[in-house]
Amino acid sequence: MNLILITEQVLNGVQFGVMLFLMAAGLTLVFGIMNLVNLAHGSLYMIGAYFATSFYQWSGSFVIGALLALPATLVVGVIVEVVALRTLYDRDHLDQVLATFGLILFFNELVAIVWGRSGLYTSLPEWLSGHVELLPDLRYPLYRLLIIAIGIAVAFLLWYVVTRTRLGMLIRAGASNRAMVAALGINIRLLYTIVFGFGAALAGLAGVMAGPIYAVQPGMGESILIQVFVVIVIGGIGSIRGAMAGALIVGMVDTLGRAFLKPLLALVITPSAAQSAGPALASMLIYLLMAVVLALRPEGLFPERGH
Amino acid sequence: MRGHRGLVVVLAGLALLALVPPVAGMLNQPFYIDLLRRVMILAIAAVSLDLILGYGGMVSFGHAAYLGIGSYSVAVMAFYGIHSGPLQWLVAIGASALVALAIGSVSIRTSGIYFIMITLAFTQMLYFLGISVDEYGGDDGMGLKRLSQFGNLIDLGDPVAFYYLVLAILVLTLVIVHRLVHSRFGMVIRAAKSNEARTRAIGFSPYAYRLVAFVIAGAICGLAGALYVNHTKYLSPHIMHWTISGDIMFMVILGGMGSTAGPVAGALVLLVLENLLSGWTEHWQIIFGPFLVLVVLFAKRGLAGWLAGGRHG
Repeated sequence: MNLILITEQVLNGVQFGVMLFLMAAGLTLVFGIMNLVNLAHGSLYMIGAYFATSFYQWSGSFVIGALLALPATLVVGVIVEVVALRTLYDRDHLDQVLATFGLILFFNELVAIVWGRSGLYTSLPEWLSGHVELLPDLRYPLYRLLIIAIGIAVAFLLWYVVTRTRLGMLIRAGASNRAMVAALGINIRLLYTIVFGFGAALAGLAGVMAGPIYAVQPGMGESILIQVFVVIVIGGIGSIRGAMAGALIVGMVDTLGRAFLKPLLALVITPSAAQSAGPALASMLIYLLMAVVLALRPEGLFPERGH
Repeated sequence: MRGHRGLVVVLAGLALLALVPPVAGMLNQPFYIDLLRRVMILAIAAVSLDLILGYGGMVSFGHAAYLGIGSYSVAVMAFYGIHSGPLQWLVAIGASALVALAIGSVSIRTSGIYFIMITLAFTQMLYFLGISVDEYGGDDGMGLKRLSQFGNLIDLGDPVAFYYLVLAILVLTLVIVHRLVHSRFGMVIRAAKSNEARTRAIGFSPYAYRLVAFVIAGAICGLAGALYVNHTKYLSPHIMHWTISGDIMFMVILGGMGSTAGPVAGALVLLVLENLLSGWTEHWQIIFGPFLVLVVLFAKRGLAGWLAGGRHG
């Protein structure tokens, strides 16, 4: 294990963490403000990836594909909110979980009908597929660096919108007392739709960026969704800060665990035992971390104040 | 709770289930024995989930974990040449209870949405564990070398005998859960669901009661897992997939939460519908998904509520 390899894996961890954050931000906002558990958030990620891939193939330009996919995902998100989720705000969490579970089945099948079951594969355009020499001997893929940069930019933008703008003020007010916001003459339904569309676009952005790295296939949203749950449980539900911290922790622990647990275990136990125990333990690591965090702080690391 | 009408419906339903093998034999359609055996096995899982979900108010989104632990217990023991049915099934029940104790002791400290997500995440952890353990087939799973052996007592290889055994275990599960929720223990569980503060005020600690209920539900579901792996003759980590947890939850909702036998009807409707739709079109989930949404929005009381005609207790 050398320093180059470690640096590379740390960057991979940050990159994965950034993707998790984009998903977690939308999910945690929707939960914090509308008190809605939306399992179908992963479906929006999947739809973003599909849109980006097909628009890219259609237009021949990766950037145009991405720019078209974002508003398209936002529109899908708004339609889902207006048609299905709006009726669920007053229901209990069990109903929300079950209904959005039904939506997942629907979306996975819809995608399979439109694009087929086997999945889409795209390669990056030439100008994005190069490597950057960060340190001597450390060549890192340009595209992954771009993901990190966009993720950090979005995080700052989100922080600015939530803490410094009128819309952000309404969002925070809606989270702490929705009846009062409505009484002050704010159209709370419209606010909800905006927040939901916003979250959908963020999930779509994660999907757009995931397209060239991971396989674009039906059901791709669910595995990341459950990791995102771990993120927001660790970070504290409803908190953007918590989502950021949780996403980086989970992204890092998961990536480093997969990369280094096997060689580390091989130092302690026999290599053949490490061969099988390493991957098994690595895939469990983030869930064990979640259990530890919850045992110490049941409300997560950054519980949302004001409730 | 639901008086005579409920009992009559339940007994009539069980009698119909008992009639399935002779009728299927007469019509020369052994497929129905297979389908309804699967329905009953998952119904056992659903009844056990109803104990904590319907009566205890604990929305566990990870009940498939215990189906998995039960399945793995049997298949792994068979893998190492231990085929004794009683031993395998006892281990399945015991291991599921232990896992439920571990998951429950962390999860029950939380409530609401945290509880849903944590039970989901722990089950996902076990699912990934199953996928990554290559000795037992990893992602592909592995065949069950031999069915659980019960000597001369019963041969699970005989589909009809296995069917009646599952039916008997289902009836036993219903009786146990019914007795349990109407006992003092069950009163505390239900009281903690409807008002935790008052339950504390009269001197009960909901945590311990909930944990015990969680463990009992896990143990029963583990037995269902042991049955399931014998039913499919194949071990697959996908039995722990989160969609299976979702399916079991829907069986409870569709049947009616907090009615002992409701989940059996829920399992029947869900699996038969699934079977019909998937026979009709490859894209059956495009209909099934919205159907589930509509059930949640408009049929929350479930079949039990509809059959009983009125809402009680």
